[in-house]
Amino acid sequence: MTKLIVDGIEVDVPADYTLLQACEAAGNEIPRFCFHERLSIAGNCRMCLVELVGSPKPVASCAWAVRDCRPGPNGEPPVVNTRTPMVKKAREGVMEFLLINHPLDCPICDQGGECDLQDQAMAYGVDTSRYWENKRAVEDKYIGVLVKTSMNRCIHCTRCVRFVTEVAGVPELGAIGRGEDMEITTYLEGAMTSELQGNVVDLCPVGALTSKPYAFAARPWELNKTESVDVMDAVGSAIRIDTRGREVMRILPRVNEDVNEEWISDKTRHVVDGLRSQRLDTPYIREAGRLRPATWSEAFTLISIRIKDARPNRIGAIAGDLCAVEEMFALKDLMTRIGSKNLDARQRGSMIDPRWGRALYTFNATIAGIEKAGAALIVGTNPRHEAAILNTRLRKRWRMGQFPVALIGDRADLTYPYHYLGAGPDSLAEIAAGKGDYADILKAAERPLLILGAGALARNDGPRVASLAARAALKIGAVKDGWNGFCVLHSAASRVGALDIGFVPGEGGQTAVQMADSGNADMLVLLGADEIDVAPGAFVVYIGTHGDAGAHRADVILPGAAYPEKSGIYVNTEGRVQMAARAAFPPGDAREDWAILRALSEHLGHKLGYDSLAQLRQALFAAHPHLMRIDRIEPSDSGDIRRMADVDGAPDKTPFAPVIEDFYLTNPIARASAVMAECSAIAEGRRNLTAAE
Amino acid sequence: MLADKDRIFKNLYGQHDWGLEGARARGAWDGTKGILEKGRDHIINEMKASGLRGRGGAGFPTGLKWSFMPKESKDGRPSYLVVNADESEPGTCKDREIMRHDPHLLVEGCLIAGFAMNAIAAYIYVRGEFIRERERLQAAIDQAYEAKLIGKNNINGYDFDVYVHHGAGAYICGEETALLESLEGKKGMPRLKPPFPANVGLYGCPTTVNNVESIAVAPDILRRGAAWFAGIGRPNNVGTKLFCISGHVNKPCNVEEAMGITFRELVEIHCGGIRGGWDNLLCVIPGGSSVPLVPADQIADAYMDFDTLKNLKSGLGTAAVIVMDKSTDIVRAIARLSYFYKHESCGQCTPCREGTGWMWRVVSRMAEGRAQKREIDLLLEVTTQVEGHTICALGDAAAWPVQGLIRHFRHEIERRIDDYAANPHSDRVPVAAE
Repeated sequence: MTKLIVDGIEVDVPADYTLLQACEAAGNEIPRFCFHERLSIAGNCRMCLVELVGSPKPVASCAWAVRDCRPGPNGEPPVVNTRTPMVKKAREGVMEFLLINHPLDCPICDQGGECDLQDQAMAYGVDTSRYWENKRAVEDKYIGVLVKTSMNRCIHCTRCVRFVTEVAGVPELGAIGRGEDMEITTYLEGAMTSELQGNVVDLCPVGALTSKPYAFAARPWELNKTESVDVMDAVGSAIRIDTRGREVMRILPRVNEDVNEEWISDKTRHVVDGLRSQRLDTPYIREAGRLRPATWSEAFTLISIRIKDARPNRIGAIAGDLCAVEEMFALKDLMTRIGSKNLDARQRGSMIDPRWGRALYTFNATIAGIEKAGAALIVGTNPRHEAAILNTRLRKRWRMGQFPVALIGDRADLTYPYHYLGAGPDSLAEIAAGKGDYADILKAAERPLLILGAGALARNDGPRVASLAARAALKIGAVKDGWNGFCVLHSAASRVGALDIGFVPGEGGQTAVQMADSGNADMLVLLGADEIDVAPGAFVVYIGTHGDAGAHRADVILPGAAYPEKSGIYVNTEGRVQMAARAAFPPGDAREDWAILRALSEHLGHKLGYDSLAQLRQALFAAHPHLMRIDRIEPSDSGDIRRMADVDGAPDKTPFAPVIEDFYLTNPIARASAVMAECSAIAEGRRNLTAAE
Repeated sequence: MLADKDRIFKNLYGQHDWGLEGARARGAWDGTKGILEKGRDHIINEMKASGLRGRGGAGFPTGLKWSFMPKESKDGRPSYLVVNADESEPGTCKDREIMRHDPHLLVEGCLIAGFAMNAIAAYIYVRGEFIRERERLQAAIDQAYEAKLIGKNNINGYDFDVYVHHGAGAYICGEETALLESLEGKKGMPRLKPPFPANVGLYGCPTTVNNVESIAVAPDILRRGAAWFAGIGRPNNVGTKLFCISGHVNKPCNVEEAMGITFRELVEIHCGGIRGGWDNLLCVIPGGSSVPLVPADQIADAYMDFDTLKNLKSGLGTAAVIVMDKSTDIVRAIARLSYFYKHESCGQCTPCREGTGWMWRVVSRMAEGRAQKREIDLLLEVTTQVEGHTICALGDAAAWPVQGLIRHFRHEIERRIDDYAANPHSDRVPVAAE
């Protein structure tokens, strides 16, 4: 710790602090544009200049470490002034320079109202311009479908360049030209390929990079802001949903150091237009092969008639990827009352069984824990597509150095280098047997990680893969006292919650794959399940939000609420319980899913015992108390992993297959989004180009 | 006047053989092994005692700079010597002559300096436009390798490599940290300091960046002794220096002279006087384009050294003396320099990126008289807003010439503004369509 005097206030800060941080510790805000806590220091905007007594020139506080300050002749602590005339003049000077070539666009600029330059010009600038020359004009660049550029406004802070280079790991943005002709561009004006590119819009302190889909849509002060949780993947990124009236206008990240820091993926951010199109806003009934709009009572009546023809053991329920815990709990409750054990939330055929223990289906090391890890073995997953934000943590850890990464499964560009061990369980078996150089490297590492994609368990020999992975984890020392590096990475937001409440087949019950097969079920309830093809034969009740695969197959459609339209509990891949808040209302006659199930149950004569969401939650918490502890992770027992390792049997040699073919189109909301379709087309085109080359 | 025996650069004009034979005949590579055998501390102490101040412009004591390098590598990082041969300062052409005609002095200097700072290699960063110079320097290095003067197991007893790197012609790459960036293959943009290169330099290793002339004079200083070097010139401004006199003198030239020679002597002895006589002298830029000009009456009998010129609110810089007589359009001349800095600003930090363009535009208008008198003070304030607020010294270098202009020639700017205002219908008034 080093003592420092900031504006007469003595502070004691770590020596590796920068002056900017020290000044903030003393309660002084320092204006800045280029500095960002999570990016490297550029020191180029010069807005953060402060006076360091003894230095002839003002110093850039963002780049000057406390340890670089010399104490006074008698050992007095260094003195920093932030309110002297020298500092004021420096700030006014820099602000004037930033503004001379910045257009007076504010009335037509999307950044207006949330613009760092606007705010700081008000706080630290002067009121008039002395610049009578012509302003610089810069051509706007095409950098993809998500980010709109207005390059006249650029102040060359290079935050965007540093973000794509450092965090996203796809160094496609850069500066060409020099001096006042410097321009930020993707060099050849191609679209950026990062799945995190939307974050540059948040980072841009001015309106040079704005959101293209959101262009000219709303002003920040018109929006209602609701803090919620994302469901596009199993990471559960913290988001803020901005609504105007009943419409969701945009989604922005919130800071959650444990999960997403302050980044979100493009799917999380730009899926917004998918919430508006293809929506189911009234019940439908299939008559003579065609769906027709119906009333709720018509739909319920039809279901209650058809359910009488079905035997309970031929009635099933499948929960989809975006379901909240509450509605799955209600559906499980209903199925139990009907007398069916055919429940499954594992649409893609995963064999994960909650009876193995929670340690075998959660990301035990936690996302923040990745930073403490010493090595990683990634098995059967592409984290860049299945959990883009988690992949940035892995990249962040890799950038810190001394982080060997090995991959078993499908080769893909993860934005950091890795050692490729092989495609299938054989390679994992070698690690489990301690064979090969890489097994030694992993063993030698302090706190290694074994990241097992949930997709690697979606095969008939899933339990044996899990057992083998558990053996490998034990072999490399990923599971030991004080460290559980056995991590299962899910790709669906609902999955861990479903496993927590036991939304899996009971004794003798059918799995999702069995239910969907022809002839196995008379009646199926699909709760937002769109990733599974139900064979002809069964009577399908689809509760969902979008006219997607499930709705096309349905005989009765009950319109539900999408994630911004309901309050619900989601458990992310770490096992972290998070609550999403309602920001908008479902369209038309659509209702919240739990309420639909409650109403349906009454029609079926199996009335569920709760009349409000609060009562439902009471019942839920009584059955599963850990779901009550919001934002917490219930500790899991690493003994589960040891027990699983004892299960015998070797998996077959089939290579691990990628779970996600198209990052942008993984769920019904994304598939309804024109923006996601455009992103997907660009990504597809890129793939084709590569193939043709 | 400097005696011929005291000259270090005996082949400055290229009359003799530049090669190893010729250089040896002039004394280069003589007793190099003996110098190295005296040890690191001896060399650094001698350099300190010689009072040599860096010849690249800032005038930082060279021996002291060398002493900042770690004596031994504690963490396994090697040390490097980087020689700044990116001589791009307008008016300066001294390093070029060294590389053309006396390259062995530089190569020998690299070995000695590298030994003194425990460096494993020297990188000589040659300006992009210097193609023949690079070839000549490379040829000299090849000769030195062949003669086993440098390289592995050389006869001087210190393994040392010298590499020549060719820049791409950006002025900013003459700034030491931008040079390192460029050498590493990145865009030539200055780094933030601290950490200083002696700590974290080329490839993150301790590095010293020296000017060509500073390195090239080192062998002779060590051969002849620090006292000899310190005995030339005036206190704190000692030794010999290459002056590059250009502009309105009768015979522009490069010449090695003692520091502290007066401007009058320098011009009379070596340049055949001012064009049109001393009464025709308008002003002088004494140290390359980055330093403020000094008007005739102040410069004529001034000593050409660091401290005297600093007291005249200018600087010795690279000792590129640009002489301007009364035929010079001084405002236009400074406007041209402003354009140069606007063109060469790297664009990294705000004050320089935006300020250089602003200054150039205002000065250009003033050159025509198309300005308001109040803009003179505005311009002066803009220069102070740039000066001292940037990452590197290019911002200062851009501001100083303009400050010098306003300090000494405000009346000239005002006269033009008056003339322009009095003749609003001259052809130079822009039409509305522009």
